[in-house]
Amino acid sequence: MTNADAARSLVERHRLRWWEPVPWILAVAFFFAFPNHLGFGTELLITVLFALSLDLVLGYAGIVTLGHAAFFGVGAYTVGMMAKHGLWNEPISSLVIAAIMGALCGLASGLVLLRTVGLTLLMLTLCTMLLLEEAANLGHHWTGGFDGLDNVPIPPLFGIFEFSPLYPTTQYIYVLCVLFLCFLFLRTLVYSPFGESLTGIRENTLRMHAVGAPVRKRLVICYTISAAIAAIAGGLWAQSNAYVNLSTLSLDRAATVLILLVLGGYGRLYGAFVGAVAYMVLSHYLAKVYPTAWQLGLGLMLMVIALFARNGILGIFDSILRRVRGERAMS
Amino acid sequence: MREALLEARNVSKSFGALSAASNINFRLDKGARHALIGPNGAGKTTFINLLTGVLTPTEGQVFLNGEDVTKVAQAERVKRGIARTFQINRLFRGLSVLENVYIPVSEQLGAAPKMIKPAGMRKDVVEKAMQLLEMLKLQDDAGHRISELPYGRQRLVEIAIALGLAPKVLLLDEPAAGVPSAESHIILDAVAALPKDIGVLIIEHDMDLVFRFAERITVLVGGRIFAEGTPKEIGANPDVRAVYLGQAGASHG
Repeated sequence: MTNADAARSLVERHRLRWWEPVPWILAVAFFFAFPNHLGFGTELLITVLFALSLDLVLGYAGIVTLGHAAFFGVGAYTVGMMAKHGLWNEPISSLVIAAIMGALCGLASGLVLLRTVGLTLLMLTLCTMLLLEEAANLGHHWTGGFDGLDNVPIPPLFGIFEFSPLYPTTQYIYVLCVLFLCFLFLRTLVYSPFGESLTGIRENTLRMHAVGAPVRKRLVICYTISAAIAAIAGGLWAQSNAYVNLSTLSLDRAATVLILLVLGGYGRLYGAFVGAVAYMVLSHYLAKVYPTAWQLGLGLMLMVIALFARNGILGIFDSILRRVRGERAMS
Repeated sequence: MREALLEARNVSKSFGALSAASNINFRLDKGARHALIGPNGAGKTTFINLLTGVLTPTEGQVFLNGEDVTKVAQAERVKRGIARTFQINRLFRGLSVLENVYIPVSEQLGAAPKMIKPAGMRKDVVEKAMQLLEMLKLQDDAGHRISELPYGRQRLVEIAIALGLAPKVLLLDEPAAGVPSAESHIILDAVAALPKDIGVLIIEHDMDLVFRFAERITVLVGGRIFAEGTPKEIGANPDVRAVYLGQAGASHG
């Protein structure tokens, strides 16, 4: 690679690549091709958004967390409780409020937790989430406790488009639009100098201190933004299902999103898409074929990925592409 | 007397009962080419850590441009012009060489907190980073990942990152350590070609390099300044020869 090429690879990397519209085209195609599976599709899109929020902290900034569902749950309960208790339920502004609540929780917990790293951080994020889950369980007067809140009244979007739990066409398009906007924001962020400094922190925190970067401040900002987006995902979940329960705050959700991000490939945005699709489609399919032992198949696949493809499914594509290009350059 | 660029006054540092630096008085002038030598465990790296703010001295003060920076944090000292390299590489291993230099330059030019404009569109940062790579003859490696570079070139990236901060004071902690002797001249040339107005303090075991580069040498033994002077004076000092050069001569065969 020559001098100019190297500069160009940095200068042009934020430009749109030819395959980048593909997931969006597929998402629109899904809407027309599988009108009976839009509920599944909506869940999938929400999972992608949640995984994207995790990718920002884990894949870009290198913050290892096992408690990201805390913010998903905060978003879901914010939307659900406001609507159920008759405070506010207009969908879009509710999402904004959920994002603000998520950001506040991210900021408060980030200021404390991001003083630690590694295993300590992993445990503390997990504990924070479990404390929130227990708080939601105990505060049943407001949260519905173990049963959660159901029949959450969500008014039509813009007063026109009904949220129907049986025919979730509104949900699907609404979630797709929100996902697209959040994705644009994240894509801008990770290619900015701020995003570059986050990867610097991931690659060598000590050196970032030595180049005078305010490391903890950057991490807290990143964590706060990520928490806001996770809360938006949670808010969307509450709105499209019209209920909230403790599963939004559970370890199961936090672990699943981590697993599917690793599966797809972290630190590359599109890993969230690939991982969510692979994980959810596979578990859907395996559960049909082997209702009793479907998780075994998932587990085996994860082991293969962890052992042979550290960079996930997209990492496999990368190395194949590099090999093909290398051979072309040779011949 | 002219104000020193960087000065340590009566600096001491002890870890419990262990005294890693005791009563060090040291000054580095603008444009200085100063070497710090001493046997292993003499406290050379500790002294660098005290100057950069990684450690706080137990006693004494550190001055930068006449201002007391003893209580000033590392990041702030970097902003005021102290940059360093590390004895063992601390690079952004998964990133390209260009990105490795982009990061410090974007900190220095105030671009790093910006979230909207793509990193590659900050022409000022990219150009400054490319200039630095050219200066260190790394331009052909700009697109390579650090892990694809031979160790000698990685050492140059280590220096490039420090230079990306546009420092007034540059502290080089064994820049040629681990580099095959056939390649160490590349490091030496790079160090010799540094801008003249930067004050440079170099820790180095390679005596050839030290005597070719330094205008002044400080010898540190057991956390104390053992001797200081021009290369000629140090080379002729029988005590220094006894405690340090003899050992180094022996170990360098």
